[in-house]
Amino acid sequence: MKYQSQKVAYAYFIAAMGLFAIQVLGGLLLGWIYVSPNTLSEVLPFNIVRMIHTNALIVWLLLGFFGAAYYLVPEESEREIFSVKLAYLQLAILVVGTLGAVGSYLVGIHGGREFLEQPLWVKVGILVAAVIFLVNLSLTFLAGRKTAITNILMMGLWLLCLLWVFAFINPDNLSLDKMYWWFVVHLWVEATWELVMAAILGFLMLKLTGVDREVIEKWLYVIVATALFSGILGTGHHFYWIGTPGYWQWIGSIFSTFEVVPFFAMMSFAVIMVWKGRKNHPNKAALLWSLGSSTVAFFGAGVWGFLHTLHGVNFYTHGTQITAAHGHLSFYGAYVALNLAMFSYAMPVLKGRAPYNQVLNMASFWLMTGGMAFMTFTLTFAGTIQTHMQRIVGDYYMDVQDQLGLFYVMRFGSGVAVVIGAILFIYAMLVVRREVVKPGPVIKDAAVPGE
Amino acid sequence: MSEILTKARARNVFYGGSIFFVVVFVALTAQSHRHITQTATAGMELTDEVRHGKHVWERHSCINCHTLHGEGAYFAPELGNVMTRWGATEDPELAYEILDGWMKAQPSGIEGRRQMPSFEITDEEMRALAEFLRWADQTDTQNWPPNDAG
Repeated sequence: MKYQSQKVAYAYFIAAMGLFAIQVLGGLLLGWIYVSPNTLSEVLPFNIVRMIHTNALIVWLLLGFFGAAYYLVPEESEREIFSVKLAYLQLAILVVGTLGAVGSYLVGIHGGREFLEQPLWVKVGILVAAVIFLVNLSLTFLAGRKTAITNILMMGLWLLCLLWVFAFINPDNLSLDKMYWWFVVHLWVEATWELVMAAILGFLMLKLTGVDREVIEKWLYVIVATALFSGILGTGHHFYWIGTPGYWQWIGSIFSTFEVVPFFAMMSFAVIMVWKGRKNHPNKAALLWSLGSSTVAFFGAGVWGFLHTLHGVNFYTHGTQITAAHGHLSFYGAYVALNLAMFSYAMPVLKGRAPYNQVLNMASFWLMTGGMAFMTFTLTFAGTIQTHMQRIVGDYYMDVQDQLGLFYVMRFGSGVAVVIGAILFIYAMLVVRREVVKPGPVIKDAAVPGE
Repeated sequence: MSEILTKARARNVFYGGSIFFVVVFVALTAQSHRHITQTATAGMELTDEVRHGKHVWERHSCINCHTLHGEGAYFAPELGNVMTRWGATEDPELAYEILDGWMKAQPSGIEGRRQMPSFEITDEEMRALAEFLRWADQTDTQNWPPNDAG
């Protein structure tokens, strides 16, 4: 750790991992309610658990981004954070707000716009925390060295905080409500968050591979250009059936097809940088998560997104389990795995020790990634049957759902794998103090077999 | 390649292009806003009762089980066309009666069936919710969903 103030990232990562645990346990309960619907149905209905599942996810990803920013901006700007106290104050507001939101959901106080259910005081708290964050980091950024990584990171974070304003705008007209709701939801995950993702990925590549900064930064600009050029008008794929004009079917189909490009580019970028880089960085787990993140993001966001984005297809698949399949794999690949890559990289540095628990950490990667992949397949099959029976044949919703029981059992099983993986990850990060499997000796200039 | 595409050029393309797409997006959104208010949702007046119904819908977080115009959770049926399924799009009284009867029968308690919670909703709120769902049903959604099953 070059700068003392980077230490604040540690607190952010701890809080994020706490919420990560809450999120996956909530998900496991939801998966079980699908299998056995009477579970807790009177005390803790499905809609309440789902709010906790989605809200905890969003907040912990944001905490991870904020923590990552507090970690990498000092290093890139070559100076301490403007105010460490403000950074802790911001974290305190976010943690109190999140726990307050979870508590109020449990007693039945919540809004009713999906993902934006937080009570008003929590929304205001998030806004205050965002302002503190922007002021704190912008002052650090402006006073120091400016790099493409921090340029893109700060731009992404500024825009995502500004878009939060739309969380307060709730028109009485349902169609207008939906249209502006996507200004937060889509323009976060398919535009501004991609900038943050690319910047963090670029930083990790810089540190882990040792490839020249000029090369990394140039390609970063190319990647984020393709992200915004496709992602902004790609919002159109949410404007097919909510009362918006018909021309969105064309604009949405064309531009969201191009949304595959930035994810393909990020995957290729990560693989090529690792290939070209000659640095033998000891943190193999961080490298695995970085490559895994960009690869799974390409499949989850890119391939599974494209699967149902053309309007002729989406007419039949809209709002089925296909959407759920895409949602799970894309969030996991693009944002969960990327955050875990950053945690894996930064935690040893923040704790001032050599990277260990590589084996446990990497096992957790395969458990979680395998589990999410299996979950995506089962939900895709369930969604395919649902689309046919409900949207083509015209069978009623619950009749169709009754036919999908086997898939929901398998989905629950994959959820168990994900939860075990998540707990193993947190355990490897925080508890174990030694490497569980002894690494082999490092041989310099070893001959590659077959050469 | 590296001579034509320098870092500075890549950055300028990124900034310039992004501004262009933001401008196009904002213009199309403004047009869509007009289309929604003047055409797509003009089939039924947005009365105070409909507004009230939307608040009832939100207060009980219906969206975290159901979908509405295909958006929401996928645990319970689509409700954007529920009034079509009930044959109550033109009949406020019938819409209210079916909705009231359905919701008061919940939770069913049947083993192995998904359970809808019991909500504390007054008669006035129930009427408002029925009107809100009738209002949503008349929206021009480009003929989505493909059939009445939703």
